Amino acid sequence: MFTDFFYLLRKKGVPVTVTEWVSFIEALYKGYFQSSLNHLYYVGRAFLVKSEAFYDMFDQAFQEYFGGIKTEGPELDKVLEWLENPLHRLPKMTPEEIAEFQQKLEAFKKEHNMDELMKQFMERLKEQKERHDGGAKWIGTGGTSPFGAYGYHPGGIRIGGESWMQSAAKVAEERRFRNYRNDIILDVRQTKMALKKLRELKREGAQEELDIDETIDKTAKEGGEIELIFNRSRENTVRIILLMDTGGSMLPYTELCERLFSAASQMEHFKEFKYYFFHNCIYQDVYEDIANYKRVPTEKLFSQFHKGYKVVLVGDARMAYSELFDVNGCIDYFSSNDKPGIEWLIKIKQHFPHSVWLNPTHKNFWGHYTVDTIGKVFPMFELTLDGLKDAIKALTSKAKPSALN
Amino acid sequence: MVTGQGYKGSEDYIASKPLMEIVNVSIALGKPLVIKGEPGTGKTLLAHSISNALNKKLLIWNIKSTTKAKDGLYVYDTVQRLNDARFKDKDISDIRQYIKMGKLGQAFKSDEQVVLLIDEIDKADVEFPNDLLNELDEMSFHIPELDEEVKAKHRPVVIITSNSEKELPDAFLRRCVFHYIEFPDEEMMEKIVRVHYADIENKLLREAIKRFYWIRDVDGLRKKPSTSELIDWIKALMIGGISTDKIASEIPFLGAILKNEQDTSRFIRLSQAQGGGFGFKRRF
Repeated sequence: MFTDFFYLLRKKGVPVTVTEWVSFIEALYKGYFQSSLNHLYYVGRAFLVKSEAFYDMFDQAFQEYFGGIKTEGPELDKVLEWLENPLHRLPKMTPEEIAEFQQKLEAFKKEHNMDELMKQFMERLKEQKERHDGGAKWIGTGGTSPFGAYGYHPGGIRIGGESWMQSAAKVAEERRFRNYRNDIILDVRQTKMALKKLRELKREGAQEELDIDETIDKTAKEGGEIELIFNRSRENTVRIILLMDTGGSMLPYTELCERLFSAASQMEHFKEFKYYFFHNCIYQDVYEDIANYKRVPTEKLFSQFHKGYKVVLVGDARMAYSELFDVNGCIDYFSSNDKPGIEWLIKIKQHFPHSVWLNPTHKNFWGHYTVDTIGKVFPMFELTLDGLKDAIKALTSKAKPSALN
Repeated sequence: MVTGQGYKGSEDYIASKPLMEIVNVSIALGKPLVIKGEPGTGKTLLAHSISNALNKKLLIWNIKSTTKAKDGLYVYDTVQRLNDARFKDKDISDIRQYIKMGKLGQAFKSDEQVVLLIDEIDKADVEFPNDLLNELDEMSFHIPELDEEVKAKHRPVVIITSNSEKELPDAFLRRCVFHYIEFPDEEMMEKIVRVHYADIENKLLREAIKRFYWIRDVDGLRKKPSTSELIDWIKALMIGGISTDKIASEIPFLGAILKNEQDTSRFIRLSQAQGGGFGFKRRF
């Protein structure tokens, strides 16, 4: 029962597991959904979806499976099939009940002129297109609508009829949870959550944990005179350097970068957090403060920070060929560089083996010469929540993230 | 069938219908219920409300960043025992007196079904929920020091809240029922405010709520005001005897809603940029 819904959910990207599906089916058989689409939507979702990030995908699957009844045209066949064959949607019915139900359904069909029904149906569809208010007129589900041909009563069981805040199909259709999707927005809080994964626990700070083994050892050595040994608790030792591109082509992504930046700077989670800016590409200087052109020699980063620092570069990596490969290729007319940008980038990668590049542009637009080249120096990830997670995985893995080649 | 009995919200807590159903189903199936949502959507209060409505004792396990899963089961006070051994002023042979049950242990040992609230589980280490997997699944745990099994006499109703500071592990979530409490809509919010101020004037309430949602809608706020800010603000408005018209034309006690200087200045800047009127991004 419903198994195709399971596959549909998975197809839409909801990571439903068999364990969850079995619990769901169990609840279904125990009658907790009361064969109402509303129960199925809310309670079913509670069983099958474990993060609001997937609510949108659930809504889409739900809409496709149960609500595919609002569109005209080719969908109509599906609707009719759906109305004709409601039995497989009914949980918990004995064969007698099913027989009785079928009987009633037949009677219902006889009683109502099918042609007339079809005509009304088409009208409703049109209306539905204009205002999706669910409620009593929702085709196939509404209690007062003669179209809700499934349920314990052939007249249809209600969806909007109960005093639910909104009908499930409408909620699903509205896709209110779109903003919670992982692959779309990156807000400060979510970014912080992702950044929290960036950690390396080491024993540091005050000694406050009792070390039982050591205590016993020591006590035994002292001949029974009890000696309590305390240990340091573990702390995050991650040190981060953020290098951000503020070039003109980055303008559309300013807000996105600001979010990443404010998330990272608000975190009291890192041992150290440093940030510098650059313009399109990195040369002998980076900027501490881009508005005032306050410079810091890039060399100083190497002398000041050891190789344990993790470096995150943010930029679109898209620039003129000369900016990356030429001496004096720097875009700023007042600046000159005696080494091409690519050399500096390689130097950074060599000094800080744990470094990644976050690109705010979509992966589809990475097919550019300088993007490709930089992607060979630093492992490159999209600046999305998913991309950030992958980047963090790369940064924290024991092996160095994909080396230079 | 669940409806008609079970949890239906309580006097001082307005639960949405879906949430009530989910609470009932998770109680019936004995599965922990994980509640997520913005601050101020009443995640913690839910457990209090269930406990009140079903007349069951509530045990609260507040999670902190240093909380370990074992703390919830039991604590073996080794330091105390060592100390007692050293000064020989107590009989230390009975290890039982040094084993203290944690909240989960208490919930299991209770003679009647209790509601156990594991509050803000995401505050703890990322591995924390995984350490509780088996205990919550089997509703039992083993105390090696006593070689004893503590098994739940009655499966407690387990409510777990999370602020999504950290994501919870999949293996853990798979065993739970999950619900994300959406920020209440205006209609719901009216009911919620009425729980706090039953005799509030209709017009004032409507206007205040209208304003509140409109401020929430301002783009780029660092901290969106939540229910508790609205409640405080309405209290301030009532005490200050502010007229409804005034709420419509300006926003008195803005500080009760926006508690962060950047948000306040952003809000003021945006409204001034619109020629003094609050005409940006109108919703109403």
